[in-house]
Amino acid sequence: MIPFDYQRAQTPAAAAAAVAAHPRAAFLGGGTNLVDRMKLGVATPELLVDITHLDLDRIEELPDGTVRIGANVRNSDLAAHPLIRHRYPALSQALLSGASGQLRNTATTGGNLLQRTRCVYFQDTTTPCNKREPGSGCSALEGYTRYHALLGASEHCVATHPSDMAVAMSALDAVVTVQSPHGRRRIPLAELHRLPGDHPEHDTVLDHGDLITAVELPPSAMAARSRYRKVRDRASYAFALVSAAVALDLDGDHISDLRIALGGLAHKPWRALRAEEELRGGPATQEHFRAAAQAELAAARPLKGNAFKTDLARTTLASTLSDLAAPGPRHEEQR
Amino acid sequence: MMITVTVNGERHSHDVEPRLLLVHFLRDVVGLTGTHWGCDTSNCGACVVWLDDTPVKSCTALAVMADGRTVRTVEGLERDGELDPVQRGFMECHGLQCGFCTPGMMMTSRWLLDRNPDPSEEEIREALSGQLCRCTGYENIVRSVRWAAENPADDSTEASQEVSPS
Repeated sequence: MIPFDYQRAQTPAAAAAAVAAHPRAAFLGGGTNLVDRMKLGVATPELLVDITHLDLDRIEELPDGTVRIGANVRNSDLAAHPLIRHRYPALSQALLSGASGQLRNTATTGGNLLQRTRCVYFQDTTTPCNKREPGSGCSALEGYTRYHALLGASEHCVATHPSDMAVAMSALDAVVTVQSPHGRRRIPLAELHRLPGDHPEHDTVLDHGDLITAVELPPSAMAARSRYRKVRDRASYAFALVSAAVALDLDGDHISDLRIALGGLAHKPWRALRAEEELRGGPATQEHFRAAAQAELAAARPLKGNAFKTDLARTTLASTLSDLAAPGPRHEEQR
Repeated sequence: MMITVTVNGERHSHDVEPRLLLVHFLRDVVGLTGTHWGCDTSNCGACVVWLDDTPVKSCTALAVMADGRTVRTVEGLERDGELDPVQRGFMECHGLQCGFCTPGMMMTSRWLLDRNPDPSEEEIREALSGQLCRCTGYENIVRSVRWAAENPADDSTEASQEVSPS
């Protein structure tokens, strides 16, 4: 690993200012992704600003029922918290399906959102990659694409966002609070990550020096009836081939409202707005679920190695909807 | 940068480079080579130690991140010269062949048993899923952890109260 300087920030504003002042600076949270990228030579910061001593490690309920999650809350602590398990079960399930216990004990909420793709070409400094080195080309287009994007990709990048947590948060209408050197702002989580377009080097809309300080989950009756389903190559410790986070509000056998986000398919957590529109106000039937999944995946542009994921995504979405809609105690289960 | 880390109950203060990984601090600076340095990419789990009472991959942590905190390594498993039941379980059930993954496997297993004294096979496999073994096919590792669950140390109740689950 190349040498770098190390500082500990005393306040979020000071951390943001310290990183903004140095073009090659980075925030250090749990480090589970950043330190790996540094060892691989994919990330070469000259200054790390350690934010783990900041007072951002609480999960608290605000007077209006919003649950605020500090950016330094560990993934394992977030998954186990009663407020999350009872009110936002899809988030708890998503967290527990990600990485392994040893990494969840270290990884933070903010860092999980900002982890970078595990595209093998991005992580291999000997191959061209537009995300790592803009303009060098995309090795994945004609390469190994089992984990790559079907939706919203560009000719410059077909990488996927690897987070499970972010997919659930996207379906739960989460909002990210950000401290920049100039002040604070709020960004809906669904707008935090971007599609690759002509600039795959930018994963998010954040500027250099912007620090995520918290994620807020708005109160939602629907969220208590939510679920995260992940399909992967191993039963544990594998990234999603396809995943679905769904929250559902039923009025009798009609769907009064719902949220769907899909993982493993795009450069960002994919809000399935088309399927949501198809289903909202309609009957909660298998036929309807399949039609909505079909409509959402109509825009899929598969590559050589990932065409199977179109069907897999349709089936995963339809069956997750179906599980949530079916009455019975087994659907109240929580991990 | 000067850091102080309490390793297995002993304080160690050293001046280290920010880029020094925790695993190298433990092995090369403190001199405890029981913790193994494996894949160096957070995959294999040979380097698992406890940081403030939870297992983490020490090849993914910088030593400076452990400043002011406590670390427990495989050398800290035995108590008063008595092997931990997990260590005895790995001996009794042949839970290792080459032994490279063993320290990390045992650190996660001890943590699991402190939180869940009677884990099912599935719970053991889930807890150890971030760690790779290329000798045993995992069968004997799972048996070793079950052996430890069935043969707790006399003071195991007391010990598990000291280590509060996070």
